[in-house]
This record gives sequence, structure tokens and C-alpha cells, in this order.
Amino acid sequence: MTEPIVKIRGLKKNFGQLEVLKGIDMDIEPRQIFALIGASGSGKSTLLRTINQLEEVTEGEIWFDGELVNQKLPHRQRERHLNQLRQNIGMVFQHFNLFPHLTALENVTLAPVLLRRSSKAEAIEQAKILLDKVGLADRADYYPSRLSGGQKQRVAIARALAMTPKLMLFDEVTSALDPELVGEVNRVMKELAQEHMTMIIVTHDLRFAEDVSDHVVFMADGLVAEQGPPSQVFRAPQEERTKAFLQQVFED
Amino acid sequence: MGLDFTIIPEYLDLLIAGTWWTVALTVVSMAMSLIIGVVFAVMQLSRHRLVRWPVTFFAWLFMGTPLLLQLFLIYFGLVQIGLDLNAFVAGVIALSLHFAVYNSDIIRSAIIAIDDGQYEAARSLGLSQFQTMTRTIVPQAVANVTPALGNMMIALLKESSLVSVIGVMELTLSAQRAISDSFRSFEFYLAAAAIYYVVNLTLEQAVRITERRSARYR
Amino acid sequence: MDIELIGRIWPFFAEAAWVTVKISILAIMLGLTLGFTAALASLSRNPVLRWPARSYVSLFRGTPALIQLFLLYFGGPQIGIHLEPFEAGVIGLGVNIGAYMCESIRGAIISVEKGQTEAGSCLGLAHHQVMSRIILPQAARMMVRPLGVNAIALIKGSAIVSTISVVELSYTAHRYISSTYKPFEMFILASVFYLAIVTIFSYGVKWVDRGVALE
Repeated sequence: MTEPIVKIRGLKKNFGQLEVLKGIDMDIEPRQIFALIGASGSGKSTLLRTINQLEEVTEGEIWFDGELVNQKLPHRQRERHLNQLRQNIGMVFQHFNLFPHLTALENVTLAPVLLRRSSKAEAIEQAKILLDKVGLADRADYYPSRLSGGQKQRVAIARALAMTPKLMLFDEVTSALDPELVGEVNRVMKELAQEHMTMIIVTHDLRFAEDVSDHVVFMADGLVAEQGPPSQVFRAPQEERTKAFLQQVFED
Repeated sequence: MGLDFTIIPEYLDLLIAGTWWTVALTVVSMAMSLIIGVVFAVMQLSRHRLVRWPVTFFAWLFMGTPLLLQLFLIYFGLVQIGLDLNAFVAGVIALSLHFAVYNSDIIRSAIIAIDDGQYEAARSLGLSQFQTMTRTIVPQAVANVTPALGNMMIALLKESSLVSVIGVMELTLSAQRAISDSFRSFEFYLAAAAIYYVVNLTLEQAVRITERRSARYR
Repeated sequence: MDIELIGRIWPFFAEAAWVTVKISILAIMLGLTLGFTAALASLSRNPVLRWPARSYVSLFRGTPALIQLFLLYFGGPQIGIHLEPFEAGVIGLGVNIGAYMCESIRGAIISVEKGQTEAGSCLGLAHHQVMSRIILPQAARMMVRPLGVNAIALIKGSAIVSTISVVELSYTAHRYISSTYKPFEMFILASVFYLAIVTIFSYGVKWVDRGVALE
């Protein structure tokens, strides 16, 4: 078996007095499509955000690609370490967070050009390919204010892909979208999955999770309550809490 | 005594020189008040009470008292502590400090208004703190702030007339010089008003153009 | 800090503060009257009303208040207007702030006008009825804060009447700076009065604002 690309051991996270993650162990293999599900407040978004250190952890270890993510370093070195790390981990947010003062194309080229992965011409070339991939080649020169929610989110995915990451993090990326716009974003993610991008997807959309993932983690109260292949977690859950959660969600 | 506007051309050089000084005063004071305004804004966003508190006090004091009084304090006060500055410098200091307080308010709210998600998105791409600030946060803050700062500059142009009181030879005092020579108050104050009006309109137009440019993306 | 001096001369400042209050209140009243009239005129469909109102706003907002005051007080006699300093101060300040107040009032009216006008007209009300019965009562709530900002600017701006020798706070401060060479003490003394007036007035504005709020 290959070495996992993300290895999490004994991860704890407190916000002041509040314990959000209470000891998580988790392995994510390369090319795995990993879905994190659970009720709001179960800690799944926080867990995702610790992987690229948008949240610092209180205790435990996170390894990415053989390197300790949360190592104790002096401020300067830690900054450099994080910037290096984040270049290899793409992230897509619930509220898109596109840069409103840049066009779709400029949003995608910003990081590659600044971080000198490529010349400007190469970056533009590459960005056009990515925008074409998400179906927005004709919107390259639009500012975000003129794009729909679904289009914004697809640009955001292209932006994250531009750094050719080894891992993609998706944080409830369709939660803020109108229902009719969810499909176009899900389609792009599914395509990525079929190309064997390693992905961790936090989502409320259980049908999509079942459809696209090959490993599902159900979280409750800051702990992993149950995990396994989607056929097992969704069709034959072992834990009472999982059953209760699924029942509640599918009833709505 | 009737009105006689034909006398104005005789003093045209004086009025033009005064206009230049008014423009210089406005531009220099605006630049200074922007720099100080940024410093104040950053200080007010500090986590430390000891950094925030002096600015809060200063802002309260300068927002609650007249510019004219502040001008007296700075002009006569600096002499008192042994700094005999010329009137122009004292005028610039007073105008800069007065408007810095207002500018810092504008700048601070513009920075606060930028969503945390912008910062997170930039950092998640691997941009450094500095790159994040210069490439994403500051450009947006500048665009948000342009209209309000433009209005401040227009206000500054008009308020700059007050420094005539401490003897800066700008447009208002130039008009007074012409009057003390010709005894034609109405004609020269009206002429000065007309010049202010034209400079004001020009500035308004310039603000409108920059506003449109800086917010192309909206 | 010369406390003894402050203790001796503060009554002169208190007297001067009263002049600042009087001149401010009178100017605010004049400004409100002019501002309100100009706002209605500038929203009129009749260009004979609209044009003068808009020119008034543009000219008086486009030039320094100090120049306007000088033109009135020093230039006035040439065209037959002879005013005492206090009168010139009230009129100069009031006419100036009226132009700003006009914009505040106009802004408030415009913000409620859309939709409401159509609804009112559909009921069969005449234009002036829609204005007086539907729009103005709503706009009144919207204009309290911006008018309060204008009024506070005027209180501070009233310092300029010291240049035409109205014996108010700034004039008094200037005079005592010249005679005692104690600029810091005089600044503090005058500031205390200005801050007190401005603070009390701000509370007044907040109180009115709460009074007219819908809930």
C-alpha cells in the first residue's frame, strides 16, 4: 500500500473553552475522493481548514506528503513553510472568495505569476485551458460581479487548480448556491474525481457524496463516528448516530 | 460706491499666484493627511489599547473642535515651544492633522469592510502576508475609499481658505491684499469665489474620473 | 499649565460660548428653512423653480464659507447691504449650511420617493398630496441624522465669524492667546466649551432620531 498523502494523528482543536475537534485520526490515500459529512457544528469544516493551516491546531499532528504540517517554527520560517505547503493544496470556499478587483482570468493567473511557477504568458495559456475545462473560456475577461454564483465557483476551482496542487479541499462549495446552479459545480468536481485528483469534500449534499466519493467519514461532536466506503456508510450504517443523521437528512 | 469689475485685471497676477498657493496647500495637505490617516487607521486597528487610545482621544478632540481653533493652537503653540515655523508650514500641519482624523475613519472602515474570505483565499493559494496585502486587500480598499477621500479633498480645498487668518498668502489673503489696495471688497471676494468655484468643479470632475477608473470591476 | 489663569478668565469663555450657541441655533434655523425650500424646489418639475435651487446649492457648496461671509459683510455695503457682525454671521452661516441641508433633505426624499409615488398616484392623490401626506412623513425620519451632521459641522464652522469680529468662542480664544501668549491653555478652555456644545447637541439629535423612528 502507498504512503497516505494526508495523515492526521490525535488532532484536537479548541476555540477558547469550546472543544471543536476532540482527537481525530485519519489517512487519505493519493487519488482518494474523501467525503466529510455530518451535522453543522460537527467540526468537519474546521478539520478541513486545519489541513492547510487556515486554522491552527491545539494538539496532534498533521502530515502532508511526508512533511509535518503543524511543526513549531520561528515566525519567518513558519510563514515560508506554510506558503510552500499551501501552493500544493488547493482550496475552494463556500462563498467563492474570488478577488472582485480581478477578472476571471486574472484570478486564475495571480498565484502562478506571483509565485513564479511560470512566466506571465505561460500562466495565461494555462489559465485559459483551466477556464475552458470548467466551461468558462468565454468569461475570461469578466469581473466576478458579472458572473453567476455557479460561474464564480467554477472560476474559484480553476484558480485553485492553477497551482497544480496535489490535494484539493472543498468546503461546502455548493451550500451558498441557488439549487439550479449546484449541478454545474458538481459536474466540474466529478470530472476532477474521474481524473483521480486527490480530494477532500466537506458537504451537506449526501447524494453527491455517495455518487462521487470512494470513502466517507461521518463526523459527530468533533469525533469520527463512522467511516467506510459510501455503499456501507449510506446503505448499511453500523452506528446509531449515523442512522439517525441519515434518516433526518433524507426525510427533508 | 458702485461696482467696477474692470479693476480686476490689474491684480490678476496676484490672484493667480494666490490660486497656485491654494492648490499647493490643498495637494500637500491632502497627501500628508492621507499618510497620517493611514497611520492612524492602522493604530486604531491595533490589538493594544495603549496604541488605540491616543488616536481615539486625538480624533475625538479634533472632530469636536473647529479647524480655526486648531489652526491657532498649532501656529501659536509651535512658537510657544520654540518652533518658529512659517505660516505655510503651520497651515499644512493644521490642515493635515484635521483631515487625517476624518481620512483615518474612512480608511479604517474600508479595511474592516473587506471580507476575511479574501485574506483566506489569497493565503490558501500560498501568497505571503505581504503579497496578500499588496495584491488583494489594498487594491480593494483603495477602490472603496476613493469616492469618500475625493470628497474630503474637495472639503479641504474650501477649508484651506482659513489659513489666510494666520497669514498664508493663498487665494483668500491675495484677494484681501488686492482689496486693501483698491478698496473693492465685493469685486475681489466675488472674483475669489469664482476661482474657488472653478477649481472645485475641476476637482469634482477629476474625482469622478478616478472613481470610475478605480471601481471598474463593480 | 496655568490653572490660575484659566480660573480667572473662564467666565469670559462661558459668555462667548453663549454667543456661539445663539449664532449656531439661528443659523441652523435659517439653514433648515432655506434647505427645505430649496429641496422642494429642486425636485419640482418646473424648471423656473428647479434651476435657481440647483444653482444655489452648487454655488454655495462650491465655494468656501469664509469667502461667502466676507462677500456679505465686507462687500455687502457696496451693493447697499449694511449688517452688524452678528447679523452677517447668522445670515452667512445659515445661507451656507442651507445648501448642504438641501442635499440632505433631497437625498432623504429621493430615497423614499420611488415606488411610494406610484402607489400614491394609483390611489388618485395629486402630486402635492403624495408629497405632503406620504413622502415627507417618511423622509422626515431619514433626514434627521444627515441634518444632525450638517448642524454639528455648522457649530464648529461658526468659528469663522470670529474673523468679522463677532465675539464668540474662537474670537475670545484668539484674543486671549494674543494677550497672554498661552495658546495651549486657551485651546483647552475653548475646546471644553465646543466639545460640551457638540456633545449635548449630538445627544439631542439622537433623541430626536429615536423619537421619529418607526418602531
